[in-house]
This record gives sequence, structure tokens and C-alpha cells, in this order.
Amino acid sequence: MPNARDLVAIRALIASHKRWDMLFGVVGLVALMIGVLTFVALFADMAIDGIPRLNWDFLTSFPSRKPAQAGILSAWVGTALVMLVTAFFAVPLGVAAGLYLEEYAPKNWMTDIIEINITNLAGVPSIVYGLLALGLFVYQFGLGHSVLAAGLTLALLILPVVIVATREAIRSIPQGIREGAYALGGTQWQVCKDHIIPYSMPGILTGVIIGMARAIGETAPIITIGALTFIAFLPAPPLKLEPPFVSFDWLFSGFTVMPIQMFNWTSRPEAAFLQNAAAAGFVLVIMTLAMNGFAIYLRYRLRKNIKW
Amino acid sequence: MASVSGEVTSVLQPASQNARLARRRSRFIREKAIESVLFLAALVSVFTTLGIVYILVAESVVFFEQVSLWDFLTDNQWTPLFDDAHFGILVLLSGTLTSSAVALIIAIPLGTVIAIYLSEFAPFSIREIAKPFLELLGGVPTIIYGYFALLFVTPLLQWFYPALPGFNLLSAGIVMGIMIIPYVASISEDAMRAVPMNLREGSYAMGATRFQTATRVVVPAAISGIASAYILGISRAVGETMILAVAAGMQPNLTFNPLEPAATITAFIVQVALGDLPHGSIGYQTIFAAGLTLMLFTLACNIAGHMLRKSFREAY
Repeated sequence: MPNARDLVAIRALIASHKRWDMLFGVVGLVALMIGVLTFVALFADMAIDGIPRLNWDFLTSFPSRKPAQAGILSAWVGTALVMLVTAFFAVPLGVAAGLYLEEYAPKNWMTDIIEINITNLAGVPSIVYGLLALGLFVYQFGLGHSVLAAGLTLALLILPVVIVATREAIRSIPQGIREGAYALGGTQWQVCKDHIIPYSMPGILTGVIIGMARAIGETAPIITIGALTFIAFLPAPPLKLEPPFVSFDWLFSGFTVMPIQMFNWTSRPEAAFLQNAAAAGFVLVIMTLAMNGFAIYLRYRLRKNIKW
Repeated sequence: MASVSGEVTSVLQPASQNARLARRRSRFIREKAIESVLFLAALVSVFTTLGIVYILVAESVVFFEQVSLWDFLTDNQWTPLFDDAHFGILVLLSGTLTSSAVALIIAIPLGTVIAIYLSEFAPFSIREIAKPFLELLGGVPTIIYGYFALLFVTPLLQWFYPALPGFNLLSAGIVMGIMIIPYVASISEDAMRAVPMNLREGSYAMGATRFQTATRVVVPAAISGIASAYILGISRAVGETMILAVAAGMQPNLTFNPLEPAATITAFIVQVALGDLPHGSIGYQTIFAAGLTLMLFTLACNIAGHMLRKSFREAY
């Protein structure tokens, strides 16, 4: 039996341990708050500087030497076109690769290499993709500093994101679904096409949106392939009045994108251009936050609604 | 396997056996063709890696025909675009290492504390709000962080320390650290959550507090995952470009003092790409040699992370 003095000592010990618990709870919350406050400061800073500059003219004007007349027309059109190319290549390739690795791939060294490789690619700095694109797409393939080269670069960059999201979505489909489909005589492709892909669609979509949000904000690889910072024209429109009605000239056009426009304005000393940069940044932040937020919401709904 | 109707007709008309076999063969061919297409899609990632290695090595070989490897590694000046050209990668490496160190000093402690807090301490409601929030923070484009470092953090720091130049590694490093926190925190937290519950229960049953359980049971058990989160943080910091290009200035400067402006490897590549260098000039080749250095550095990080994971892996 412990005597009274020991009891007091033990109680003191317990109390001190509990204080540590309390203390760490507070420290954790403070650390979290540092992240949250930075985010709020970043957002507020951009909003306060940028919102006064935001108006219809800003969205529909070309960049200009006069800060008050400058706008982001060529930048957001360029971003939209590049994203179109990126999605066109990254989504089918990523989904096909994810499908292969989950449903088809045999367990052998080739599969191991592909898997390790995808993990490694996700850790390659984005500027290295820019160097790849500069050497390969721009010069060896002769695509020049074009929308197509930029779209392909970003497609390669977000491919690992799409592949990983596809694999996770496919993996969460219970085995019974596949067995049921095979039992009815479906071939492997029929099972994939009619069951695996439709059921994993929301998960894939989440990954694609997150990947695209990342691609929209990527600056370094696009600068590296030599996108111009001052573009006062729009690429040729994809639709024409005379036959054949569609034109792909825009793929080979020079372009600029939102983050490059913002970088260009940020690197100038005049305060008026910095204000433009804030306004462009605000548009960019809203775009990426909306996309990421939508993806997070989608995943949340998914977790709640689908119970296999 | 034939469909039910096919089965019935074949029983009625034995002559259609051949048609059935032909259909089965064509289906087999189609299945194989589809599998090959999917396999090719999976191979794209391997070709990407091969492409990166090929381009970086091929262009660097041209570079090293004109500049000796010894000069590249030991020269203490970096003036590739001057008439009196010097190619000392150490100059750029010092900027990269200094800014990365600042970023990691911020990101590793904060990221780890947040991960422990979210995994072991936070009530469910806080965790449900905080995780998506961290994810949003990780999704902000880096150019925005660059603007924030240059026009918010630097003036803030100058308020405390007026001698700080407008471009400096410190504010870029701090903002870079904040950018990396979500990565470190979310991967570490996943690793801690993967620790089986009965280890915690055992610890609590012995009378340990939450803090003791977290630091002496959960963290050691999850150490391989936490280590790989740190490694990922390091390679993010080393490869980060826009924050440094905007906020740290782009002049090469051999320094380990974060209060000074300096160019990093990545900022140098951006600077050259912004100018109009002719294809095939030495300046053009230089960015590939710089890129190769960067790539080797992150590759070393990845391999180190892989080995750490292997040697610390605890199996339950």
C-alpha cells in the first residue's frame, strides 16, 4: 500500500502529465492557426489590392504598357485553350493507365517498373518537365512555343495525379461487382467499360479536377518552354464560318497564361502594375479554390453516399 | 463464352459452329488489342522519365564538352551570360540550399505538430474542417505565394529588421515553408492514422497520457511514413521555382545568409527562359546542366526516402 506521501507525489505526477496534454493541445491548435491565418492573410492581401482593379474592361482588354488600360484577355483565353489540350491528353491517358495497372497488369517486373516510375514522377520538380518540353516538344518535334506544346507539358505533369486518383477509385470497387459481371459472361473489357469505369467516375473526376487546378497555376514549366509574357492578340478561333468550320490553327499559336501574366506584372516596379498583378492573382486564386473546393465537396459526397 | 441466344442457335444448327468460333476469335483479338492500348498508355509515364533523362543528359553532354566538370563543381562564380563566363554551380546551389533550409525549419516542426494534433488530439469536428482547409492551402498556385512573399512577408519582416533588402531568401523561404506544411502534415497524419488502434490502447492501458502515447508509441511506429513526408518536403523545397524567382531576386550570389538576395537553380532556369537565348548557345545548354543537377538532387532525395522507408518499416 502506498503511503500518503507517495499518493501526493503520484497525483502531482499525473497532474503534470495532464498539463503536458493540455499544453500540446494548445500548441497543435496554434500551429494549425498559423496555417489558417496565413491563408486568410494571403487571400485578404490579394483581395484588398486587387478587387478595386477588377472590372469588365480588365477581363476584356489586352495587356498594355499603360497599367490602367491593361487587362487579362489574352491570359485567360490562353489558359482556357491550354487547359483544353491538357485535359484532352491527360484524362484518357491517365484513366487508361490506371485501368491497366489495376485490372490488367500481371505481377511482373514491368508492372513494378511502371509503378515505381509513377511514384518518382510525382516527385520530379515541375520545372524539369519544362526542360523536357523545351528540348523535346519545342525543338525536336518542332512544335515551337505553342499552345499545343504547353498543353502536352502540363498533361505529362498532371498524369501521375490522374493515374493515382483512377487507381484509388477503381480499388474501392468491391470484388463482388467484377465477379458478378464475369459470371454473366462479360469479357474483361466489357466488365471495365460497363462497370469499373462508370462506378469509379466520381473518384476519377475528383482527381482530374485537382490535377487541372494544379495545371492552371503552374508557371515555371510554361515559362521554360518560352511562352511570351506580352501577347496582344488572340489565337485563331477554333470555329470558322466557311467550311470545314473547325480550325486547329490555335494549337500552334503563341500564347500567354494567367500565372505568367501575373508574374510579368509582379516583376515590374510600378505600383499600378502590382495592383494589376493582385487583380490577376485574385482571379487565379478564385479559380483554383473553386476547383479544389468542388473536388473536396465531390469526394465528401462520395464518401457519404456510396456504401457498397 | 457465347451468349445464351448463340448457344440455342448452335444447338439447333450445328453448321453455325464455325460462325461462333469466328466470333469468339474476333472478340479475343479485340480484347487483346484493348489490353495493348491500355498498356501503351501506362508506358507513357516510363517514356516521360526516359525523355527527361535523355534530354537532360544529351544537352548536358554538349555543355560539358565546353565546360569542365571540375570548373562546374568548384568555380565560385556563376556568370554564364557574360563574356568572361564562369560556371560554378555552387553559387546557385547555395541559394537553393539556404532557401530550402529556411523552408524546412518552418515546415517540418509545424507540419509534424499539426499532424500529431490532427491524428491524436483534435476532436472530430476540427479534423473535418482542418483537413480540407490544408488541402486548399496546398492547392494555391506558387506564383500567388511568390506575390505574397514579395509584397506582404518582406515588408512585414522589414518592419522588424529594417536593413533587410527587398529581395531576400528569408521571406521566400518562410513562405515556401508554409506552402510545404500541408504536404508534410497530410502525409505524416496518414502514416500516424495507419498505426493500429491496439498499440494506442495498450499504451493507454498502461496509464500513459495522450501526449506520451503520441510521442512514444504512435510517432515511432509511424516513423517511416513521417520520414518520407519530410523527404517529399525537401524535394518540394529544392524544386520550387516561382516563389524564389519572384521574391529572392535573380542575381547569383554565393551565400548561406538568408538575409541576402540570391538566385537558385530553378530561378536561374526561369531567368534564362525569359530572355531570348538562341537554341544551341552555351546559355541555352547551361539551363539543362542546371536542370540535371536539380534532377540528381531530387533523385537522391527519393532514393534516400525509399531506403528510409525500407529500413524503418514496422510490420503489424
